[in-house]
Amino acid sequence: MLIINCPWCGARPEIEFRYGGEAHIARPADPSALSDQEWADFLYNRTNPKGRHAERWRHIHGCGRYFNAVRDTVSDFFVATYKAGEPRPDIAGETK
Amino acid sequence: MPDNAALQRLSEGLRPIEAVRLSLLGPAARLAFRSREAGIGPAGEAFGVALPREANRFGQSGSRFAFWLGPDEWLLLAPGEDAAPLAAAIEAATLGVPHALVDVSSRSVGIEIAGREAAFALNQGCPLDLSLAAFPIGMCTRTLLGKAEIVLVRLGPELFHLDVWRSFAPYVIGYLDEARREFA
Amino acid sequence: MTGSFRTASGGRIDRAKPLAFRFDGTTYYGFQGDTLASALIANGVHLMGRSFKYHRPRGVVSAGSDEPNALVDVRRDDARTTPNLRATQVELYEGLVATSQNRWPSLAFDAGAMNDLFSPFLPAGFYYKTFMWPAGAWKRFYEPKIRAMAGLGVAPTLPDPDRYTQHYAHCDVLVIGAGPAGIAAALAASATGARVMLVDEQAEFGGSLLAETAATLDGKPAQQWLADGLETLAASGNVTLRTRTTAFGYFPHNMIALAERVTEHLASPNPNLPRERLWQVRATEVVIAAGALERPLVFPENDRPGVMLADAGRTYLTRYGAKPGTRATVFTACDSGYRAALELAAGGVEVAAIADLRPQVHGDWAAKALDAGIDVRPSTVVTGTLGRRRVSGAHLAKLKAGAVGPAETVACDLVLMSGGFTPSVHMFSQSRGKLVYDPALQVYLPGTSVERERSAGACRGVYGLKAVIEDGYARGEGAAKDAGFGTSSPRAFAVEAAELGTDGFIGAVPHGRNPAFAKAFVDWQNDVTSKDIALATREGFRSIEHVKRYTTTGMATDQGKSSNMNALGIVSEQLGVGVPQIGLTTFRPPFTPTTFGIFAGAARGDLFDPIRTTPIHDWAAERGAAFEDVSLWKRAHYFPKTGEDMHAAVARECKAVRSSAGIFDASTLGKIEIVGPDAAEFMNRMYTNAWTKLEPGRLRYGVMLREDGFVMDDGVVGRLSHDRFHVTTTTGGAPRVLAHMEDYLQTEWPDLDVWLTSTTEQWAVIAVQGPKSREILQPLMDDIDLSRAAFPHMSVREGHVCGVPTRVFSVSFTGELGFEVNVPAEHGRAIWEAIFKAGAPYGITPYGTETMHVLRAEKGYIIVGQETDGTAVPDDVNLGWAVGKAKRDFVGKRSLERAAMSAPDRKQLVGLLTTDPKIVLEEGAQIVAEPGVKVPSPHPVPMLGFVTSSYASATLERSIALAMIKGGRARIGTKLHVPMPGGSIEVTVVEPSFYDPKGERFDA
Repeated sequence: MLIINCPWCGARPEIEFRYGGEAHIARPADPSALSDQEWADFLYNRTNPKGRHAERWRHIHGCGRYFNAVRDTVSDFFVATYKAGEPRPDIAGETK
Repeated sequence: MPDNAALQRLSEGLRPIEAVRLSLLGPAARLAFRSREAGIGPAGEAFGVALPREANRFGQSGSRFAFWLGPDEWLLLAPGEDAAPLAAAIEAATLGVPHALVDVSSRSVGIEIAGREAAFALNQGCPLDLSLAAFPIGMCTRTLLGKAEIVLVRLGPELFHLDVWRSFAPYVIGYLDEARREFA
Repeated sequence: MTGSFRTASGGRIDRAKPLAFRFDGTTYYGFQGDTLASALIANGVHLMGRSFKYHRPRGVVSAGSDEPNALVDVRRDDARTTPNLRATQVELYEGLVATSQNRWPSLAFDAGAMNDLFSPFLPAGFYYKTFMWPAGAWKRFYEPKIRAMAGLGVAPTLPDPDRYTQHYAHCDVLVIGAGPAGIAAALAASATGARVMLVDEQAEFGGSLLAETAATLDGKPAQQWLADGLETLAASGNVTLRTRTTAFGYFPHNMIALAERVTEHLASPNPNLPRERLWQVRATEVVIAAGALERPLVFPENDRPGVMLADAGRTYLTRYGAKPGTRATVFTACDSGYRAALELAAGGVEVAAIADLRPQVHGDWAAKALDAGIDVRPSTVVTGTLGRRRVSGAHLAKLKAGAVGPAETVACDLVLMSGGFTPSVHMFSQSRGKLVYDPALQVYLPGTSVERERSAGACRGVYGLKAVIEDGYARGEGAAKDAGFGTSSPRAFAVEAAELGTDGFIGAVPHGRNPAFAKAFVDWQNDVTSKDIALATREGFRSIEHVKRYTTTGMATDQGKSSNMNALGIVSEQLGVGVPQIGLTTFRPPFTPTTFGIFAGAARGDLFDPIRTTPIHDWAAERGAAFEDVSLWKRAHYFPKTGEDMHAAVARECKAVRSSAGIFDASTLGKIEIVGPDAAEFMNRMYTNAWTKLEPGRLRYGVMLREDGFVMDDGVVGRLSHDRFHVTTTTGGAPRVLAHMEDYLQTEWPDLDVWLTSTTEQWAVIAVQGPKSREILQPLMDDIDLSRAAFPHMSVREGHVCGVPTRVFSVSFTGELGFEVNVPAEHGRAIWEAIFKAGAPYGITPYGTETMHVLRAEKGYIIVGQETDGTAVPDDVNLGWAVGKAKRDFVGKRSLERAAMSAPDRKQLVGLLTTDPKIVLEEGAQIVAEPGVKVPSPHPVPMLGFVTSSYASATLERSIALAMIKGGRARIGTKLHVPMPGGSIEVTVVEPSFYDPKGERFDA
């Protein structure tokens, strides 16, 4: 069971959280302007890196907030967590 | 007419265990208050308890409590009071300020768990560190107890309150009763 | 009376507390502090089990959790029978009843032992080679027979009556293992003020110190030092001490799972105590002080009862006061054999000879042995043993330039063996740390860490008591420091102890015999011999993981604790490559077998899952309602009267609603209050419908899509004011819908001033449906006018019912005039009863979810999750009307614009009427165009769709069904077919609305 550092509540056990998929994929402002392919990319296509991955988590059984995290998919350790809306931290050693 | 008869029966049927005492708390006004910064001050003033800005802390004045549950979310609790006049006062104080105030008095019930082994019993289902250093008096948070979500509040070294959605209350009481059985 | 092999004094047993116990029906006596194994040894009993495959007689090999042979079944009663326990870990209590396993009719005479005679025909992989033909025989014949022959113990069939609990714990430093290193680590860490937890799998703390009789620490006998240290720890106030607690799993982010056996050692446990407890410990830092396990030597017939590890033999004597034999031969590759020989000789066991694999012995061990009159033979191997149910002699032969000389037989009833020590790296390896092979020690040691842990003492290759204690202290201090605590006061340890060197041997010992007739065991429990492993390599297996699976070495309950390194050594020799090149099998949890009980914990019976009930549940239960599970809720399914089955009850309930009035508990519907200046805008974005123009006081049926355009949920939404909506969701969808809304609100549109609050449990919801519902409800309303003019269909009013605040919806899921009365939950039952009473003159009838389903199906209303399966767009289920065409955007809109989402051959909702009105189709049945197809069909038949809902309709006096069919709307009026095992059923495709299609009854 992972320990996840909620930007609001601090370190909490994984069981209080829900995973929310890859982060920083903003919903297009005008979806109808997109081609089918562009829409499919937004809907379905994700980077799935081996290494550092920016992803969304929600502290659903805590403060209820969505936030973002950078987690290493190889080691399962978190590199950083940050509030929704904040930019992805510039962490050296990006996706391996 | 209002009653929690089934719950009352359940909690009254529990055997007394001094190390972990369990009891059902009485009815209370509960208001879910949501707002950005502008509403925090006026709402607290109208309720009579300043809404804490620090995460996972509660404010108290007399018997009224304001629990921080999220950065824009507070649970206002007034045991034994009627929610309607409280809500009216807060609505009046926050007129024109974007906010949401919802009466959730009947949504949950309160449970008190007290005694020398209260934290130990809670830790049979709650994954948080309940040492006084990690979960001090004055702390409150949503968390889990077994498979139920609860709001856990620490009022004293050996005194906790739980707020749990009413349909989960029999499970939570049963779970805690099972957890404390080794101290019978 | 407590055993002829019991020493006169000494050991940690309590000689004032004799205990009677039974093994295989015979009563024996032991002492408090004995294990079952030590008590049996004190009674001269070594034969404790039969091997898995060959049914060879087996005795105890070890004195700890690495025991491969002495598996027993401990029985308290029919339900409390535990198989496969290691006799070396079973603590003796008064009246303990144990039996051996895998033998018939008795341990001494086992009919299965004939397998041993046929062993040339049972080589490695014999399962795969032998039982291949005829096809099908494996399941019918081979597997049942093999399972009966080659079994472990038998699990009880009764439910487990005991309690198991689980506990989350947190500490700064967790110390795993309370031998000298662990004790020292705990002392160092606790002195800094850190919260320390010290756990050990044994009944007592101390590890190797418990068998220590000669060493002194800080000028005190080792066991006194141990007692003082434990007293310091117990008094410190920040240390949790748990014996009988096995760290069995190391999980990410330093979560360690511990299994504590709370009452297993008690003759009559307090029923209020849990039998076992699962600890889920989150430690800032972990010190692994798991020690090392002595390694057996692989030589022919090394499995006879009476052959055991040297240090185990010593432990039985010094810790338990049980002599493991009368005359011993010691076969050793390291100093441990000498220490055991000397202590046994001093304890009254004659030592016939020490066969030392090494040409030379370092230090003064040989001299001491010679002084004690022991025959020490360097460069000597044991090439075989004699005896059947107990060893009676050993063949000793000289090694000269790698060749084995002629053997000489030495009579003995005990053979002690030592191949050196293998560090116990299980927990380190489980933590995903990288192991490194140490060629000098011929063992794997902890290398690079992944988690915040460190190993201390023998488990990281530190040998010698002084070095181990100093290492433990330093590591404990370091752990506390890294956990944010200061340093403890420096401490030196004065240690006087016999030093054992670091010699050892891995692989198979040369024996010079015809390999066809020599069984040298590597894995005792699974009957894997050196020959089996050699065969596997000859047959082409190279990876140790493959060798393991092919030969089953290391796959027994001891998980290779004693066999891994020797298996590696044999493969290495066979392939002529170094051990590190062969690799190492993965260490997985659990460290020792763990009961299912602790994983279940309290989650059984009523506590398995929360059982959610509504405020009206008890009323329904008192009237004999049948309930069904809907997510975690119990919902009244139907209300049978005496003698009624479900079909009759549902028919009666349906008729009552259609002709007069029914009352239905809809409290489980999800409810969300959406409040804020941007509430309508948020609703516009989340639902397909348009909300801006919905007036306060009106209701609208809302459809929610996922972003991929498929229907996710639906429900009636009431607008209470310009900035407040009362949203309802499906019962099962409530948490999902709220999370979906929060996701968009928080991450896509954080600028919107709107907030969501779950009010599912705030309101009890009483649906009153039927032509008489208005007449029944109106008198109960304090301030709400239910008249058609004042309260049209699809409206919401706030006011009071019987003095209680209420929100009343004029809404119908039945096709009849109807209302839903929302009241605060604690008033639910009272208002329900008031309505029921008021409805009595009208024959108001309580109905359940089954009737609700039938009534809505008659109207063609869908249920999300029944008609839809996550691939239906609104138009597929005739909800195209609910999609706001003029809206610029809403969740799912762009996906609906894809051509495929409006293709004419999509599956569409239609009604089905069977030609024979009495036949009720099966939900889920497939629909085809071809008539006369029977299941199974001899040829492929294109599937057009499937039945989603099907009922016997009392109102229509015939069966009805809903279905999703390709291009269904274009097929209306045509005949299709439903192939079933009993024959094909003819149906006509119709509009999916069977009753009052124009909706004239809502305002009746």
